[in-house]
Amino acid sequence: MSVAVNASSQASDESTKRGWGDTCLEAKGVTMQFGGLKALSEFNLSLEPGELVGLIGPNGAGKTTAFNAITGVYAPTSGDVNICGQRVNGLRPHQISGRGIARTFQNIRLFKELTALDNVKVACHAGRKAGFVASFFQSKGYLDDEARITKRSMGFLEVMGLDRFRDERAKNLPYGEQRRLEIARALATGPKVLCLDEPAAGMNGAEKVALMELIRKLRDEFKLAILVIEHDMKLVMGISERLVVLDHGVTIARGKPELVRKNPKVIEAYLGDSYLEEQHIAIPAHSSESLLPAEPPSTESVNEVQP
Amino acid sequence: MTEFLQHLVNGLSVGTIYALIALGYTMVYGVLKLINFAHGDVYMVGAFAGLYIARGLGVDQEPSLAKAGVVFVGAIVICAALGVAIERFAYRPLRQRARLTALITAIGVSFLLEYGFQLPPIIDGEVPFPPGPTPRFFPEPFTRVDFEPFGVHISNYDIVSLIVAVGFMFALQFIVYRTKFGTAMRAVSFDSSVAGLMGINVNRVIVWTFALGSGLAAAAAILVAGSRPSINPLLGLLPGIKAFVAAVFGGIGNVQGAMVGGLILGLSEEYVAGYLLSSYRDGIAFALLIIVLLWRPEGLFGRVRAEKV
Amino acid sequence: MDLPKIILRSAAPLLIGIPLLWIFQGAVGGPGGSETAMAVILMMAGINVILAVSLNVVNGFTGQFSIGHAGFMAVGAYTAAKITVATNSLEIVGIPTSVSDQLIFLFAMVAGMVMAALMGLLVGMPSLRLRGDYLAIVTLGFNEIIRVLIENTEFLGQATGISGLPKRTNIVWVGVAVIVTIAMAKRLLGSTHGRALLAIREDEVAAEAMGVDTTGYKVRAFVISSAFAGLAGALLVHQIQLCTPRSFTFIKSIEVVVMVVLGGMGSVTGSVVAALVLSFALEGLRDVQQYRMVMYSVLLIALMLTRPTGIFGTREIWDMIPKLRKKVSS
Repeated sequence: MSVAVNASSQASDESTKRGWGDTCLEAKGVTMQFGGLKALSEFNLSLEPGELVGLIGPNGAGKTTAFNAITGVYAPTSGDVNICGQRVNGLRPHQISGRGIARTFQNIRLFKELTALDNVKVACHAGRKAGFVASFFQSKGYLDDEARITKRSMGFLEVMGLDRFRDERAKNLPYGEQRRLEIARALATGPKVLCLDEPAAGMNGAEKVALMELIRKLRDEFKLAILVIEHDMKLVMGISERLVVLDHGVTIARGKPELVRKNPKVIEAYLGDSYLEEQHIAIPAHSSESLLPAEPPSTESVNEVQP
Repeated sequence: MTEFLQHLVNGLSVGTIYALIALGYTMVYGVLKLINFAHGDVYMVGAFAGLYIARGLGVDQEPSLAKAGVVFVGAIVICAALGVAIERFAYRPLRQRARLTALITAIGVSFLLEYGFQLPPIIDGEVPFPPGPTPRFFPEPFTRVDFEPFGVHISNYDIVSLIVAVGFMFALQFIVYRTKFGTAMRAVSFDSSVAGLMGINVNRVIVWTFALGSGLAAAAAILVAGSRPSINPLLGLLPGIKAFVAAVFGGIGNVQGAMVGGLILGLSEEYVAGYLLSSYRDGIAFALLIIVLLWRPEGLFGRVRAEKV
Repeated sequence: MDLPKIILRSAAPLLIGIPLLWIFQGAVGGPGGSETAMAVILMMAGINVILAVSLNVVNGFTGQFSIGHAGFMAVGAYTAAKITVATNSLEIVGIPTSVSDQLIFLFAMVAGMVMAALMGLLVGMPSLRLRGDYLAIVTLGFNEIIRVLIENTEFLGQATGISGLPKRTNIVWVGVAVIVTIAMAKRLLGSTHGRALLAIREDEVAAEAMGVDTTGYKVRAFVISSAFAGLAGALLVHQIQLCTPRSFTFIKSIEVVVMVVLGGMGSVTGSVVAALVLSFALEGLRDVQQYRMVMYSVLLIALMLTRPTGIFGTREIWDMIPKLRKKVSS
């Protein structure tokens, strides 16, 4: 049961573009090598504002590694990462954050002892105008900064429905609220690209549905490109306009959710080859060429639209 | 040439002592990720334990090899027990807490030993307990004989000390790399929770690690006491810091690193003090510390561990 | 920039405080023979408050582990001492000596702070990328190195130190310094920069991801903290009128660490309370000097085993009393 995806997926991928702006994230041939382990291999991704892309794969596939590579936690062993047209390889995470990318973490990394409001305020820090010394002297510029930061942070708390928790220490918040707080915090950095690492982990069905709605709403309201790592197939299939599938660091499939879910290589990665045998699914001989749509070659220039 | 050899002998002498003490630091850091600030003071207690035993046996009147052996073993046993007690009462309750908390506790234990031993006497005697701040003298365990091969000054104390120290280092090497216990110890160093899941009794490993490390410190103290008989409650301060630097230099947590680090420190001290300025002898350790922490914090044999985000 | 308003707003605590301190000094006795034992204890307590609050900026706010605070004290102390001793007989034309003495002292203290801050920068920049326990060792190492260097430098009086310092420290100066220190800490804590430090303490990786330059801020915290340690050092030596390396050993550093831990790392209130409590307790234990360190160490161990977060944890007095909070937030 071979699946011909070339032409149709190319056409359908193009339809996810909204024309809201230029490519805001471009990863080209990003590879992460840790000693003998190649955690990520030739990772390619291109995002335009307004796109909702899912990054999936079995555990240990390299999804969080990809996040870390594009947000500067790791410097890519090879390959390029460009944010809004600027190369960010080797920059420190706080510098990359300033270029327009924000993320949440797989295991929630909130500032536990700080209040919800303070958590979000920290993310507004980069936009401050007054320096260290000005805070000692309580200059007008400093006071304006503080007022602006408070107002802005409250705004994001309201968007995420957390304003009633503003003075509650983050560690005291219920789990679902903590996840939403992390998103509010990430939003407060004013990104163009938002990377969510398993945002629905630990949520029940109703909460997941609400989350899906929220993500779409955030995309529309803030004109973001959103990249989501998720294990819940229903959620990620429901929300993503297109998918990238990783396994052992290698991209094994990409394209529209309906097509990717039927892809034998994807099924094998998740369920094992014994499942394939049971279901009498065979992987075509030259699978890598016919199943994957055309890869964006690494020699392409930054602004070209990718399939 | 004679000078060079003399420095070599002296350097190895003092270096093996540093190595023995450094092993205690490194093994405890390996299994607990704790810098045992009190380790240098365990060394001091070892010296005093030896002193009390020696006086009890009447070593100053009748030195003998047998008595020296008893003093040696006795001090080791007492310090091993002390190390186990410290772990049990001061460090174990804090296993789940932030490392900072345990570090501060270790400093507290260190002070407790140093100043506790300086308190006014509770048990009287020619050398009371606690001994108080005045220096006491370790009696000669056996008669000292000096040799001068090739113009190099060396005594039977130095020879015995070298042989015993090197012997202990080989024994420890054997234990750590060739026995089941050693493998368990290394497993706990690597990941204590997983080691526990694999069936290793982590607490027992930690207890024995402390016992071993403290015993080695006591051994070092007795070996030194022969040639440097003046002891006082602050005896462990300088050797403790230096041995710690040696352990960090070699790669803290790494047994071979501690041995190599100790020898390098000992030799560097000797050669720099001998050929350059003797007043900077004690400064060598700090210089080495700064160099290693700024250039290669994981030490000679250490491995960098990346944090998983 | 409305300069008069800024000065008024930022200096408000001082404008209120100085007259009060002056009156207070009259009550407990000023320098020049009329100083009471109580005044001396209060000044030492005040100096300890400055030390504890400044160390808290690094250990408590930023979550780093510096145990070499006394080294920076020494830098500030020696700088100030050198200045006041050199200018002892100096007279500024047209200004009475009493005023010029105070001016010179002020200059000496500020110079001490600047030098200590520079030392903090020198020590902090390479060290602050090191992990927690390593940073502790390096700060301890630098403390000892500074002390050893002083002991081997003739210009600084070596082990005997510099004696014959003019007595300049008094209740007013100590009070002013304490007010400035607490105001600094409080304003820092409430500002976006303070939040950046707290974020680093809570989760460095997340802080970095949210745009905080973690290394830069750790260094800043270190520099501020060292500056105020230098201030405390300058005040100390002009009280005891002697500047020796013995006042700035590792033991002193640990005493300050104990104050910060006892009060609660991250709590300015805690540092103040703990510093006061310990200063007075130490005074009370003066008779049993030999037991002092032993009791100290037992206290330390007991504290770590039972309540490692200290008296106040990370809370401040103005968080616990909501009514006060509105007033204090100005």
